[in-house]
Amino acid sequence: MTFLHHDVPLSWYLLLSAVLFSLGVVGFLIKRNLITVFLSIELMLNAVNLSFVTFAYQWQAVKGQIFVFFVMMVAAAEAAVGLAIIIAVFRARATLSVDRIDLMKL
Amino acid sequence: MNAEQMTTVLLHHGFIIFASLWLIPLLPFVGFLVNGVFGARLPKWLVTAVGLLAPLGSFVVVLIDAYAAWSGVTLPVAEELALNHRAIDWISVGSLHIDFTLVLDQLSLVMLLVVTGVGFLIHIYSVGYMHGDPGYARYFSYLNLFLFFMTTLVLAGNVLVMFVGWEGVGLASYLLIGFWFQKKTAADAGKKAFVVNRIGDFGFLIGIFLLLANFGTLTFSEISAKLTASPAAIDAGVLTAICLCLLFGATGKSAQLPLYIWLPDAMEGPTPVSALIHAATMVTAGVYMIARTHVLFDHAPKALALVGIVGAATALFAATIALVQNDIKRVLAYSTISQLGYMFLACGVAAYSAGIFHLVTHAFFKALLFLAAGSIIHAMGGEQDLRKMGGLRKRLPVTFWTMTIAVFTIAGCPLLAAFFSKDAILYAAFLHGASGRILWFIGLMTALLTSFYMFRLWYLAFLGELRSEQHPHHATPLSMLVPLVILALLSIGGGWIGIERISAYLSPSTGALPTSAESNPHLELNLSLLAVAFAVVGWFFADWLYRRRPARATQLASAVPAAYQLLANKYYVDEFYGAMFVKPLLATSKYVLGWVIDVAILGGIAWLLAGVASLAGMILQRWQSGNLRSYAAWLALGAAAVLLFVLLHGTGFTFATALRH
Amino acid sequence: MHLILFAVFATFCLAGAINLLVQTHPINSALSLIVVMTSLAVLYLLLGAEFLAAAQIIVYAGAVMVLFTFVVMLLNAGREERTLGSRAAARVGFPAVVALLAILATVILRTPGLGAVHLGRDLVSATAATDRSNLALLSTVLFHELLLPFEVTSVLILIAILGAVALARPSREEGTGSK
Repeated sequence: MTFLHHDVPLSWYLLLSAVLFSLGVVGFLIKRNLITVFLSIELMLNAVNLSFVTFAYQWQAVKGQIFVFFVMMVAAAEAAVGLAIIIAVFRARATLSVDRIDLMKL
Repeated sequence: MNAEQMTTVLLHHGFIIFASLWLIPLLPFVGFLVNGVFGARLPKWLVTAVGLLAPLGSFVVVLIDAYAAWSGVTLPVAEELALNHRAIDWISVGSLHIDFTLVLDQLSLVMLLVVTGVGFLIHIYSVGYMHGDPGYARYFSYLNLFLFFMTTLVLAGNVLVMFVGWEGVGLASYLLIGFWFQKKTAADAGKKAFVVNRIGDFGFLIGIFLLLANFGTLTFSEISAKLTASPAAIDAGVLTAICLCLLFGATGKSAQLPLYIWLPDAMEGPTPVSALIHAATMVTAGVYMIARTHVLFDHAPKALALVGIVGAATALFAATIALVQNDIKRVLAYSTISQLGYMFLACGVAAYSAGIFHLVTHAFFKALLFLAAGSIIHAMGGEQDLRKMGGLRKRLPVTFWTMTIAVFTIAGCPLLAAFFSKDAILYAAFLHGASGRILWFIGLMTALLTSFYMFRLWYLAFLGELRSEQHPHHATPLSMLVPLVILALLSIGGGWIGIERISAYLSPSTGALPTSAESNPHLELNLSLLAVAFAVVGWFFADWLYRRRPARATQLASAVPAAYQLLANKYYVDEFYGAMFVKPLLATSKYVLGWVIDVAILGGIAWLLAGVASLAGMILQRWQSGNLRSYAAWLALGAAAVLLFVLLHGTGFTFATALRH
Repeated sequence: MHLILFAVFATFCLAGAINLLVQTHPINSALSLIVVMTSLAVLYLLLGAEFLAAAQIIVYAGAVMVLFTFVVMLLNAGREERTLGSRAAARVGFPAVVALLAILATVILRTPGLGAVHLGRDLVSATAATDRSNLALLSTVLFHELLLPFEVTSVLILIAILGAVALARPSREEGTGSK
């Protein structure tokens, strides 16, 4: 079982990040509920965070991790505001279905 | 201090002379600006003062220059726009180099004396004539503008500067003819004058181009020098072409065949305008131009012959029309055309100084005639029809006597001004060979007709009984009478200087009079007596028809109705031109330019562009679905595309190498 | 050891993500995302980013996701939805995603120079020889070089709070709102 002591190649972390990101995009495109769409966006952000940390490890640069820190902060702020918007939208349209919120239609 | 010392003083203070050429056009220009911009707000006396001081200033400067010239300063005096003694380049393109030059030589001095002198008198006259007019300031500003351009034309040292003045006087003429622009006939007359002038100007412009192409310069002195130095260098055909083009321009400005049609209509303008522009100065610009470029014409005999033919034909033609006109100003207009024909005739037999001499005398008596007519019209409250006048001899004495002098002058009464000048012309024509004799004979016949119609006018206006109920009620102000008297005096004495002295003086700039070579005083005397005899015959006819038995005139007219109608309708030339040129042009404008280009092509293009824009809008509108998810989808697609692009071009990573491993 | 840990928690990540997509009620999706985030925290630990792992749990899983859950419950959102989504988005989006993943995978797998992760190797600063802890390193950079962005971020969060409060407030009836 020596293989269990092998190290994990960095590319696997990156692959995981890519897959998570893609899943996030799929969710972003497919889901009908606004909140679920938002959740997919958060998933994408997390995937990107993972890739940042991976690269920070590779290049031995702490700046990569600091970037993740900032991403987290901004994501938190963004989540707050975004949810507030969703609440406002819900109040206005009484629905959370993406297809019904089309006030921007010309 | 004698003349020499004075001259030296003036020369030492060279700027007095050398700066003053610029004052001649500049003062009227300032007058134009002041009256034009502020005139409406200034009190009337100030407008008058500015309007009179400007031409007076020019006249004084001309007098100073004349005095300096006659006391021995050698002419020509050329002045370029010199600041810091460097001529400012006006046009400098490649090898083409034209400066804005004013030149004072004998010819331009004589012309300037006429222009500014008579011009000043007419300005004074206008004060009285235009007294109650609401456009008083505007009138004076236009008049000053005219003077500015005219002096520029006269003083021009090269053809281009002359052309500037040429066009400018055309503009001033348009503005002044259409002065009472609310009246449709006046506005139309102004347009007609300008357009016809323009046609002539086109010929002039072609002439300028040809001059430039063949001589490389436009300065008069240089052209003369080049041509006299090597006459064969320029092709004779080209020279003839140049001269024909210049002649065409001159016919437009000086109202000769075929472009005379604007001058009778120009009588819509105020009478002082007719006197100044359409009798004394602007219309003589054509003669002046030919005299200026006489070297060219001397070397193109065919063109010169055409000048003479045009002049003679026009003289006769216009005189015949003047026989039956009923509007006093129309008679004078056709008379002007006819007299201009005499000047062209003179130039046509290379007697340029005789032409200029007649120009000067004509300025005197024609201006006088117009101003006197203006006095009559003013007194009669606007009436211009000869048939409604009569018996004004007693009621307008000053006008009567001055106009009488003018009528006798134009008829060629011995010792009065025109006798000498007309005589000089006819004598020069007679000596010019066989063709000259024909021209001489035409001139003679025209003299007869001239005498006839002028005396007809005289009889109808002044003698007999007043034929209308309207009595002359406006008293003629002094400002109108004084110029009449002065001009009358000039008409009497203007010719006494004699053709020999004039031509001797002008010969440096206009060439020697051909007759001076072979002088035959006997012949000259006989010819002049013959001319006087013809004039007397004309007077006799007029007397017979219009004084003894006025009814005979109408009887004669009804006896030859066709001929009378032809003359009364001016040979239907206006109608002919209208049908030949004006109507097709208007139709072309309306249909080809108006419909095809404006509506179809341009409108079509505009419609097309608008259609494309709105179509694009309709297509792109579907993208704005408001559907969040389709937005998201396009976002993702776009992101993928950008990523692909960056990968392919940006980083060092290449798919090719990657896939090979 | 490393491999097992990675395998397990990577699987959790993927499972959570897929579950997020599959579930119809948003609350389930939210809870799946919490699973993803927690697993990611472990992965950060494996990569030597201890602080970040902690931050991930505290901030993301602990605060953001809780916020999400609150909102879901507040809005009583999501009647169970059935279908899988609008056709247009699917038609355009799926190929895009597949393409995206393909590109990324190719790049990742073919890039030379991506080494291996060694468990237990801390993030060592390239310059300093000292073995400072990850937290020390992080804070040194954060409070020295990047102090301004840090402060700006705190302002950003303040603004976000204000914005969220303003947006989520019930519509003004009596005009009690004052800045």
